[in-house]
Amino acid sequence: MKNDFRARNHPGYWAFVVHRVSGVALTLFIPLHFWALAQALQGEARLDSFLRWTEQPLVKAGELALVFLLAAHFAGGVRLLMLEFLPWREWQKTLLAAATAFSIVASLAFLLNLI
Amino acid sequence: MSSPSPTAPLPLRPHPSSLSLRAQVLLWAAQRASAAVLAICVLVHLITIIYAVRNGLTAAEILSRTTGNTGWAIFYGVFVVSVAVHAPIGLRNVLAETIEWRGRSLDIAMLVLGIAIAIWGARAVYAVVVG
Repeated sequence: MKNDFRARNHPGYWAFVVHRVSGVALTLFIPLHFWALAQALQGEARLDSFLRWTEQPLVKAGELALVFLLAAHFAGGVRLLMLEFLPWREWQKTLLAAATAFSIVASLAFLLNLI
Repeated sequence: MSSPSPTAPLPLRPHPSSLSLRAQVLLWAAQRASAAVLAICVLVHLITIIYAVRNGLTAAEILSRTTGNTGWAIFYGVFVVSVAVHAPIGLRNVLAETIEWRGRSLDIAMLVLGIAIAIWGARAVYAVVVG
């Protein structure tokens, strides 16, 4: 039985989608991240040559996307923990807006330092 | 023959799983416990990332922060272990619910993923702390 799309098109559903997509994307990225750091095993110069590769605009854009995904998964996850473990309060409804704001602010701070 | 009552309960059954109920509860608890640890780790990591990129990343700068530093070694060690617990449990739920991959093969694949993340992560921490 499929849900009517209208039943799913609300902020809580989109928070669920963002949490899942960001979680899967971060899981795929983690082995790459660990591989990159392990370049230091072959010396500082090797790690530096990898870091120079990351200075391409497209890689920088990818890094920005990853920071946004990490911030969004973090903020969405803290929201879920608060929903599950804290007694219900009216202000919990604003957690979604706060999580969105946090993700945007963290990404912008990264972007401003990156460029 | 009477038609089913509109108030009759739906035939809801839990999804079949190769894991016992006790093991599933344990996974649920491990997911939340690792999430709580990761919340702190990720916040520190985000601040470090934003700070570290201000003048561009260099190996010398990264390694000067981490080499021989017990504090960062413990922090990244805890970070890696929490990710190795958290990511496979989350991915297990996503795969079961989106592509209907369930059962023993999924459990084994996710266990292998967790172990791989822990090993690759430990190698990365070793690389930047010991070199």
